[in-house]
This record gives sequence, structure tokens and C-alpha cells, in this order.
Amino acid sequence: MNALLKHRLTWPVLALVLLLVLNQLFRSDFLSVRVQDGHLYGSLIDILRNGAPTILIALGMTLVIASRGIDLSVGAVAAIAGAVSCTYIYNSPDPTSLRTAAIGVSIAVVAGLALGLWNGFLVAVIGIQPIIATLVLMTAGRGLAQLVTDGQIISVSNDPYQAIGAGFFLGLPISILIAVAAFAVAGLLTRRTALGTLIEAVGINPVASRLAGLNARTITWTVYVFSGLCAAIAGLMISSNVTAADANNAGLYIEMDAILAVVIGGTSLAGGRYSLVGTLVGALIIQTLTTTVYTLGIPPEVTLVFKALVVIIVCLLQSSKARTLLGKRKRPLTEQAEVKVAV
Amino acid sequence: MNEIVPVVDMNNISIEFPGVKALDGVSLRLFQGEVHALMGENGAGKSTLIKALTGVYAIDGGTITVMGVQHSFSTPAEAQAARISTVYQEVNLCPNLSVEENILLGREPRRRGGIHWREVRRKAKDVLEQLQLGHIDPGSILSSHSIAIQQLVAIARSVQVDAKVLILDEPTSSLDSDEVQQLFTVIRTLRDRGVAILFVSHFLEQVYDISDRMTVLRNGKLVGEFMTRDLPRMGLISKMIGKEMDALAELEEAESRREPDRSERVPFVQAENLGRKGSVQDVTVAIHAGEILGLAGLLGSGRTETARLLFGADRADQGQLRIGGTARTLRTPRSAIDQGVAFSSENRKEEGLISDLSVRDNLVLAMQASKGWLRRVPGHTQDQLAEKFIRALDIRPANKDALIQNLSGGNQQKVLLARWLITNPKLLILDEPTRGIDIGAKTQIQKLISSLASDGMSIIFISAELEEVLRLSDHIAILKDRRMVADIPNDGVTMEDVMTIIAGSNA
Ligand SMILES: Nc1ncnc2c1ncn2[C@@H]1O[C@H](COP(=O)(O)OP(=O)(O)OP(=O)(O)O)[C@@H](O)[C@H]1O
Ligand SMILES: [Mg+2]
Repeated sequence: MNALLKHRLTWPVLALVLLLVLNQLFRSDFLSVRVQDGHLYGSLIDILRNGAPTILIALGMTLVIASRGIDLSVGAVAAIAGAVSCTYIYNSPDPTSLRTAAIGVSIAVVAGLALGLWNGFLVAVIGIQPIIATLVLMTAGRGLAQLVTDGQIISVSNDPYQAIGAGFFLGLPISILIAVAAFAVAGLLTRRTALGTLIEAVGINPVASRLAGLNARTITWTVYVFSGLCAAIAGLMISSNVTAADANNAGLYIEMDAILAVVIGGTSLAGGRYSLVGTLVGALIIQTLTTTVYTLGIPPEVTLVFKALVVIIVCLLQSSKARTLLGKRKRPLTEQAEVKVAV
Repeated sequence: MNEIVPVVDMNNISIEFPGVKALDGVSLRLFQGEVHALMGENGAGKSTLIKALTGVYAIDGGTITVMGVQHSFSTPAEAQAARISTVYQEVNLCPNLSVEENILLGREPRRRGGIHWREVRRKAKDVLEQLQLGHIDPGSILSSHSIAIQQLVAIARSVQVDAKVLILDEPTSSLDSDEVQQLFTVIRTLRDRGVAILFVSHFLEQVYDISDRMTVLRNGKLVGEFMTRDLPRMGLISKMIGKEMDALAELEEAESRREPDRSERVPFVQAENLGRKGSVQDVTVAIHAGEILGLAGLLGSGRTETARLLFGADRADQGQLRIGGTARTLRTPRSAIDQGVAFSSENRKEEGLISDLSVRDNLVLAMQASKGWLRRVPGHTQDQLAEKFIRALDIRPANKDALIQNLSGGNQQKVLLARWLITNPKLLILDEPTRGIDIGAKTQIQKLISSLASDGMSIIFISAELEEVLRLSDHIAILKDRRMVADIPNDGVTMEDVMTIIAGSNA
């Protein structure tokens, strides 16, 4: 029992359950999932579907943060990805075909990888602080996306493309299947190989890692490229869901949600030990919160305050210091995951 | 003396960490105007007892009385306010602040709401001069100094306050004998002023030189409190290790090992006038397979810098380096490691430990880095290696899953040593490998070094303890003022010989 209380996932999971229960109290059909036309429908499914982009971006963000970095450019990268694919599809001679959609998606993915390479270059080779290095793309990226779309909102109607964000497969939203697959791949890639441990080593002590012969540059580069890839796929989902590329608003503030998801999931912003499952739970909390705001009919003006409150509570519960003040005093250093409140 | 009330009276203290009973009913008394040595093997609980006193750890049992008042400090700041000043085993200063800022951090003199910088400079200079460290520029950034200087700055910081109790956890572990003597002068002055001083060291000579009384711990339990003059060294050692073992005699025993094979045409490493601007110059050495090269020199003479050049941690911009007969430019540690070179840094905390990872992860890190991230060392191999080296070096607790940050200082050092032994290098550069290691383990590690060399490994050995260097090395390179001034074969070289060369050479 004690071990359970100390487990770093206990509080986030509890918070998620509480939020769901709260919603159920206000809307009795909240937790029900029904089948319609062979697809699953319901608020839970909506949470998963709408949360897929945040989940994906938070996934990439987790590894970046574990390596002691941060990636502020993910929202802009998502916008660029949506912009290039939609612009390509819009201008192509055959805008409805699967082939066109596939090429559009490929261009977006390549763009995401390239932008990740750029971030990695600034951080790993030039040695710019991650927050500044990615701020460059965060601000310039939206402009880039606008250049691509010529300042317009580009609407496309291409069924295969639309399926990415709005389609269903075996009854489940395709977007969430993609996100789950990405999680599985990332989990296997980092834990079956040594990548996860090496990322953590670099995040905990870069100097010692270098002296132990670790190629920190490659590792840093890898995490930013991966983050760029995740952001691009998320951007595809977002634009596909609304069948349009909106350079200004696609993925706006999604970097904040992603960072919060990572922190709520128990990964410290100081780098080091990370938990992908924790991030998943964190992202679900963030998305459920957004939904809760609608369910409870909270006026839009206080939405952000409400979100901030919940986040603060979860972070406080995770902080060993806060728990010390609340309950029995514990020794420092024995606590593995001390989470700093970062709101 | 028993009539006098102790300044600090820790009674029946117990502290338990998950799975480890670090302290079990330990008592400690400190009196005004005495130097009290806290003795015990690596992991005996010395640092933990100190942290219990200063409020870093909460105690699970027992009482702490300071100047007649029962206390339980819950933060180090409270202990400081009660005029207990502490230098912890691991230097915990701010590396990116200046020396003077570090010395006065948190108690800067103020004027009109702001910091009175001129006064900061004056006070810092004062205390540095008191420690005969006037040559250190108070405005220089702390991280630009060697670990030894950083340790001295930490001591200066602790001495700067007007303390009733001064606690020094292994303050001399990286100091040369001159600095030790300077430190002792200060300690004696403070003692005569009535300060109670608690001193931890694995160097018995120092303990017998400075302490009046000692408390011995073993495995978290109290063995006893003794007057230093009543307890002979052999008695102390057997009290620490709990059996009658002739560790000292073993230490004296001459290591007999096979002569290194110099008939081998090319030396494994050959450096010619290797150097780096602002670091060290004129490094000219040749090390054959199976040879041990000792680096001797005073603090700041460029020993660590030499090691870093040969390992590619810093890039050389002068001279040539040949490894295995081929000319090489080492751009990164990685390129040195690929040639079979390994380097264990003196700076355990900043340059060695991956604090949040387990003992096993730390042990296999260098090996894993060599294989690259794709080829993960299989779990069972990791376990086997970890278990093997935990046993070979007697790492305690013998738990490969423990976080390395929870190990005692000496045991952390053993893990870092094992990290490189696992990779089976051709040249092993050891910068203060026995720093903070107890005397039993030290003998063991020295033997290990000898036997590795007998098996054909080349070794560069750096230690602030000149005796240790002389005992182990086949030849000795002497550095002065960041220049290599001599490389002499060790055919009965004495400390005086080395000192004469250092004094005589005009670099
Ligand atoms: N935070 C912690 N969590 C768990 N175990 C700990 C922690 N701190 C210390 N220990 C354990 O307590 C024991 C005593 O450690 P301590 O650091 O006091 O030893 P020490 O006598 O100072 O040794 P050394 O000479 O190596 O510095 C060791 O077994 C160590 O592993
Ligand atoms: Mg210690």
C-alpha cells in the first residue's frame, strides 16, 4: 500500500479517474460508449481522438526533456506539416486520390524530420540552449507555414487524407491508433535498445556521459528529430481533422499542453529519468480537462484558470516536498522523482 | 573532562533507509576545543551521522543535544543558524559563481539593500589568506579550478563563519601534504579558540596528527570512543574492520610484479611536446604495455590536465601523439576510448556519477557507450558483470539495483573504477583512484593496479599522495607550473628526490 502511494504514477492516474468521475456526475452518459455504423462513439472516444495530437507531441517531448532539453517549436512544426501537405494536395492535378494524399503526408513527414534536424543542429552542434534554439523555430515556423499557404486557410477534400484525423479502423479512431503505435514503437526503441538509458545518462550528467564515451551529440540529435517527426504527424492529424491547413492556429499552444503532460507524468524538467506511460496519462488528463470544461459549462474566460488549478494540484501531489508538508516528514534523496511545479 | 558539558551530544541515533540500516544506536560527543576524528570503513555511516546532525536527514531514533538544548534540525540552514558549519564530502558549491560569491553565499554583507561587493571581496580575501590561499583570485569562477582548490574554497566558506562546531567530511581527500598542513594550522587555531571540530579522513597519519579523540563506527554501529593517544594504529584498524588484520603491514609489503616488457618495439602511447594553450605544455612521455607511469607535481601543476589531453577530454593544439605506433589526434573522449584508452576522473560527482541511475547502469555505461545505443548489453550480461565487480571490489551494499547516489563516497569511487575495468582498456588513466577509499580497500586497489599492469595493461597513475605514486610506478613524470619538467625511471626514487627536482627546475 505504501509502495503504491509512493509510485510516481499513482497520483496522475487517480487525478484522471477523478476527472472522469466528475464528468460522469454532471453528464450521466459521459462514460458510456456506443456503437454506431460499426464505429465506437462517446465522450471517452472523443477524448482519445482529440487528444491524439497532444499525446504524440508529448511523446516526443518526453525524450527531449529527458535529455535535458525542451522543444518549444512543436506547435509551429505541426502547422508547417499541415500547411505543406494541404498545399500540395490542393495544388495537385488529382486532389482526391490516395496517391496524392500519400505524397502530401510524405512531404510533411520529411519536413518534420528536417525541422527536427535543424533544432538538433542548433542544440547539439552549435550549443545553443534548447529553450532559445527551439524558440527560433517556434516564432519563425508560423511565418514559414504562412509562406507555404500564402496566408490563406487551405481547405482540401481528400478522403484518404481525412481518414488520418477523423477516420475509424476496426471501430477505433485512426488517430489514436497512430498515437498508440508511436508509443509502442518509442517504448520498444528506447527500452529494448540502450537508447533510453543513454538519453537519461546525458540528461542527468552530460559531462560524465561524454567522459564515459557517450556520443551525446548523436543522442541529442536523435531526440529532436524524433520530436520533429511526432509534431509533423500530429500536424497531419490536426489538419486532416478539420480538412484544412490553418497556419496561424493549428497546434497553437500545443507545446504547453505537451510539456504539462510530461511534467504531470512524472518526468522532471531537469532531465533524467522519464516515463512514457506517465506522459500518456498526463496527456489524457490534459485532454479530459479540456472536455470537462465543456461538460461543466465553464465560461471560456476561466477555462485556463481552471486548467491551471488542476495542473497545480497534480504537481503538488507529486512533489515530495509538498507531501512532506501535508503529511509525515520524509527524507530527501530517498525520493526518486522529485517533480518541480512548473506552471 | 567528563565534567564539561559537550557542545554536541548525539545519543543513540538510528537512521534507516529503505533496505539499509545506516545507523543503529550510534552516539557521538563533541567537546569545546577538541578535534574529534570520526573513523570507519567505507559505508560505515560517517557521512550519514554528520547529515543527521546537520538536518539533511531526519533521524528515526535518538536525541541530538546542541549546547545543552535538544534540537532536531530539519534543514541544514537551521543547523547553520545554530553555528554548526559543515563541509560535506562532495563539494556542493555553485560551480558557475565566483570563488568569493561561493565563500559568502547566503550571508553577503549588505549595504542599502544591495550586496556590498567591496566588502565581499575583502572578507573573501581575508579568509583565503588565513588559509594561505592568497594566490587564488577571489573573482575567478569556481569551476575553473581543480577539485582540490574547490575543496579548499568549501573549507574557506566553512571557516569564514564564526562557528561553534566545524564539521569536515574528508576535507583532505584530494589535497597535497602542503595543503593538508595549511589546513591543519587553521584547524589548530580554531581549536585553540574553542571550536569543536569533527574530522573525517581515511589517512591515519593525518588522524593521528590532528585529532585528540575519536569515535569509531562499523557497519552503522558504534564501536567506541577513544582518546587518540591511547589507541595505537593497529588497534584502530582492527576496531574499524572488526577483525585482526594486518592491513598496515600489508600496505608496507613490497609489491613484486613482473618487469614491464620494454623490448616491445613501440611504446603503446608516445607523446611528444603535447600541449594545449592555457592548460599544460611539453608533455613528453612513452608508456609501454604493462608499464605504470606516475604523475607527480604540486597542486595545480597540470597532472589532471595532462590526463585530459591524453584522453581527448581536452583537445591538444601542440605536439604529437602516437597510440599503438600510429599518429592520432584525439578530438573527443570517444576517439581515445576507441584506441583503448580509459580515464577515471578525480571529480566523482561532476565527471563520473550518473546520480539517478542504478549501480548496474553506471557500471556498464562505458561499455554500452562503446557498443553504441543499438547494441544493448543484454540484461543478464549486465547483471553478471555488475555482480562480478561488486564482489571483486567489495562494493557495499552489494545491490546492483541501488541508486548510485545512495552509496557512500568510497563505494561510488569503486563503481567508477569498475566502469573502466569492464571495458578492459589498453591504457588506464587513473586520476586519484583511491580518493576517499578506506585503507583496506586502498591496499586492495593498489594490488589490483599492479596486477593489471602485470597482465600487460599500461597505467597512468595520479595521486596527491606521493608515497603511493612512488610505490606503484615504474617511472615518474614530474610536472611543474603546467609543464612537464622530467621523466625519471623509478629505481628507488624518494620523495626528497622528487621535491628537489620540483624545486630545482625552472620551468
Ligand atoms: N540516501 C540514502 N539512501 C539509501 N542508502 C543510503 C543513503 N545514504 C547512505 N546510504 C547507505 O548508508 C550507509 C552509510 O553510508 P555513509 O555515506 O554514511 O558512509 P561513510 O561512512 O561516509 O563512507 P565513506 O567512507 O565511503 O564516505 C551505506 O551503506 C550507504 O549505502
Ligand atoms: Mg562518507
